Amino acid sequence: MPAIQSPGTEEIHPDVALVARAREGDTAAFEQLVRQYERQIFRVAQHITQNREDAEDITQDTFLKAYEKLDQFQGNSKFSTWLVRIAVNESLMRLRKRKTSKTVSMDEDVQTEEGSIPRDFAEWRPNPEQIFDQNELGDILRRTIQGLPPGFRTVFTLRDIENLSTEETAEALGLSVPAVKSRLLRARLQLRERLSRYFRKKEGQPA
Amino acid sequence: MNCTDFLSQLTDYFDGQVPPALLAEIKTHLAECQHCEVVVNTTRQTIEVYRGNEVYDISDELRERLHSAIMTKCMAARKRA
Repeated sequence: MPAIQSPGTEEIHPDVALVARAREGDTAAFEQLVRQYERQIFRVAQHITQNREDAEDITQDTFLKAYEKLDQFQGNSKFSTWLVRIAVNESLMRLRKRKTSKTVSMDEDVQTEEGSIPRDFAEWRPNPEQIFDQNELGDILRRTIQGLPPGFRTVFTLRDIENLSTEETAEALGLSVPAVKSRLLRARLQLRERLSRYFRKKEGQPA
Repeated sequence: MNCTDFLSQLTDYFDGQVPPALLAEIKTHLAECQHCEVVVNTTRQTIEVYRGNEVYDISDELRERLHSAIMTKCMAARKRA
């Protein structure tokens, strides 16, 4: 099995035509691409940096870089994956700047199994949305994902929140498919373990 | 199949990418191991709760501000080029 499969080579994605027009100076075409992906890029940046101001700057810088480097977009990956890759790199650079004494990379903390071995075996109550109000639930989900190492957080964000395929996630992060799968497994298990304290069924509660 | 073997297949299992023979082993394990069944259910709920609740929502106001800033920067870069 190849380490990275090239996705969607048979079908031409509508973005390809927009990128071609943008390269020829069609500002409206580029603006359409910005509209399509600005929310996603902001969310990715915010998830990785956990900082709203950084996420705003990164979103702007990502599109500026993309605009300046449109000629370098090869078209053998999706335009959105290419954008996400720029945003991830910008976000990791921000994290490094913030934590000058600590290296931040996709490889950080991947050696440890801590938190990835299931310990909590209680079933959860079916609908967290009905147990907590929207604000409380948002706080729980934010706090919980903040506790993951950046490498795990990033993989979970791209694969499970932004719905990129495993191959696209690998491409966006410059990782192999097995490396993405390994990080994804640990990220999911760590989040599950931490969320369990909020969502687990209480003793004696009916199924 | 033990629990560690099962966990190593969990990602492929969710993606429906497990070969049939291995899938049969997984199903046998899940039928016998309540802990792993709980892990499957609650891991699935973990993914669903994050998918179903936008943790970092972006307001229309912020989006418009960001959009204008992006386009202003890009147009300035175009003039410089």
